[in-house]
Amino acid sequence: MCQEVVLRVALFITCYNDTLFPETGKSVVRVLERLGHTVEFPAGQTCCGQMHYNTGYQAEAMPLLERFVAQFRDAEAVVVPSSSCVAMMRDHYPKMAHEIGKAELTVEVERLLPKVFEFSEFLTKRLGLEDVGAYYPHRVTYHASCHGLRNLGLGDGPMRLLKAVRGIDLVELQGLEQCCGFGGTFAVKNAEVSSAMLAEKTTAVLNTKAEACTACDNSCLMHIQGALHRQRTGVKTVHLAEILAGDEGVAR
Amino acid sequence: MSGTALDPKTAPTFQIAAKTMLGDTQLRKNVRHATDVIQAKRARVVGEMPDWQELREAGKQIRQHTMEHLDYYLQEFEANCTRAGGVVHWAKDAEEARRIIVGLVKASRSDEVIKIKSMTTEEIQLNSALEAAGIHPFETDLAELIIQLGQDRPSHIVVPALHKNRQQIREIFQREMNLPELGEKPQDLADAARMFLREKFLRVKTGVSGANFLIAETGGVCVVESEGNGRMCLTLPETLITVAGIDKVLPRFEDLEVMLQLLPRSATGERMNPYNSIWTGVDASDGPKAFHVVLMDNARTSILADAEGRQTLNCIRCAACQNACPVYRQTGGHAYGSVYAGPIGAILTPQLQEMHHSQSLPYASSLCGACYEVCPVKINIPEVLIHLRNKVVLQNTAGVAGLFDVEAGAMKAMAMIFRSERRFRAAQRLGRVAESPLVKKDGWIGWLPGMLGGWTQVRDLQEMPKETFRDWWEKRGKNGR
Repeated sequence: MCQEVVLRVALFITCYNDTLFPETGKSVVRVLERLGHTVEFPAGQTCCGQMHYNTGYQAEAMPLLERFVAQFRDAEAVVVPSSSCVAMMRDHYPKMAHEIGKAELTVEVERLLPKVFEFSEFLTKRLGLEDVGAYYPHRVTYHASCHGLRNLGLGDGPMRLLKAVRGIDLVELQGLEQCCGFGGTFAVKNAEVSSAMLAEKTTAVLNTKAEACTACDNSCLMHIQGALHRQRTGVKTVHLAEILAGDEGVAR
Repeated sequence: MSGTALDPKTAPTFQIAAKTMLGDTQLRKNVRHATDVIQAKRARVVGEMPDWQELREAGKQIRQHTMEHLDYYLQEFEANCTRAGGVVHWAKDAEEARRIIVGLVKASRSDEVIKIKSMTTEEIQLNSALEAAGIHPFETDLAELIIQLGQDRPSHIVVPALHKNRQQIREIFQREMNLPELGEKPQDLADAARMFLREKFLRVKTGVSGANFLIAETGGVCVVESEGNGRMCLTLPETLITVAGIDKVLPRFEDLEVMLQLLPRSATGERMNPYNSIWTGVDASDGPKAFHVVLMDNARTSILADAEGRQTLNCIRCAACQNACPVYRQTGGHAYGSVYAGPIGAILTPQLQEMHHSQSLPYASSLCGACYEVCPVKINIPEVLIHLRNKVVLQNTAGVAGLFDVEAGAMKAMAMIFRSERRFRAAQRLGRVAESPLVKKDGWIGWLPGMLGGWTQVRDLQEMPKETFRDWWEKRGKNGR
């Protein structure tokens, strides 16, 4: 837990952050480098397999597990700016490796998983930090994504990071433990119910009068942002890493 | 929404049924209010237990152990129940269970029965079978009475009429009990039900119940309830017929110590149920003179044979998962097309149907995990949902028809893309080209075709950035970082 040690951090950006939210990845790099750590990016990385696995395409997810292990097996620490992808690995990779039936893969998964961290978790639990030197002079509310809250047990870690941000006006979201209704393919397979759940979440966000809603998961945020934009509310969503990357020298 | 029973074989898909429910403002208000009230009560009485997590673990261990030795404990129950004067019947499915029960009622020379609230009798649609045989069933649980008189269907495992509010219940009682002057205060409604039911309790000679637990060690049966109407049905009739799924067995009497702490706190937010009835066989001096137990399989052994689905059978029917579920809270129970609604219904119903019906149910969840968090016996419902989704996919992609499954085609193509960095980068570039006709001047997409249209019905989608993260990273490396 010593901050003085320089870590070689391998970034697993995740497929959708790579494609749709590159700013989140850049922010993770900025924060980690500002803290003095070295960031690496294994070039062959793609996807953790969550979408396939959770939708019922288990066979298709298996090779993606093997790919992830091959890419990250030598990492000192793996940081992932997506709570649901980390939950996918922690909850399902051991079982999947067992099913694949290669003894060395099971061992590698067991060895690798304790080194995999969701981004905020890496800061609070691995590095033991709260104040990462950020400045973000805006009114912000925090949405606890279900996988972060329940599967990873992030608890108040993200809130403690946010409270330490200079200039921030942090306001609590009502119904924090309520799902926003994203749920991966649930959002299109059960679009009507997903929309009803989303309506409750955006109402709660708007009630905070925040300028931005943040979370540890861009998938929830893409869903929430989609409705906030459709309604032209002017409220934006921003990944936690992008808030923590803000400093007085950087215009946000 | 009235009249016909909830039957997975004929129910519409969850998506279609949910759409109707979402349009019912009154229903949504009732469901939200009721689940909020129960959840708050549950949180209070669970919060006061310092050993709640240990209790949950004990509950899980007891249920898991029971399922691993189910054959042994069922035979032990049969032997001990028989020794105490009960008669045990075995039914392999709903049809056989109905036939046995109808036969037993007829043998009791009654053309009426009083019933204790039982989801198992709802599962096998017992009431319509009784009526078809000329036997009139009277529901005596207040909520089930409301459902029966209103020709409605249960929408919740513990509170079947949860979707009705007081005014709606008053209207049903006014109409069906012929009480035009009936008030709407809770005691007015309870009074009306009491008058209506008392007469049945005293007249009807045959009772039908479900069971919360069957105790192998003693041959006893346990029913917990809030109203005392169940106690009436268990003690006043001459003949008592209990129907229970074979999953209801507990090994030892002292296992109730754990279960009777977990169940009431999880179900109704009470420290203890107001009425806890446990009876063992018959007693010449008191109570029913004839007692029958129908032990019903109805697909439970096939669930037991599935290593990953098996934990579903650990359920003790507390409905905490229904109250906590953000999907159930939007739609209410009828959308699930089964007496078992909510998260537990989404895993139990498809397995009872061997997946051939209710394929949409495993997808009726955002996998938020609120159900798992509150489950008193720690059933990992999201894990079972994912397992069942896999079964749906395997069913739908089997054979020639599977080759034309659009979703499966897309998912398999994406899996191939993710297996190569080169293909993934090509797909990222192709995505930007493909989306460009849909992107509006402000950089947002407001309409998407096909299945993806579900997204844009209430949400916009921002266009893809010009540069992916990995492009940026590479460029940065070349520039000397």
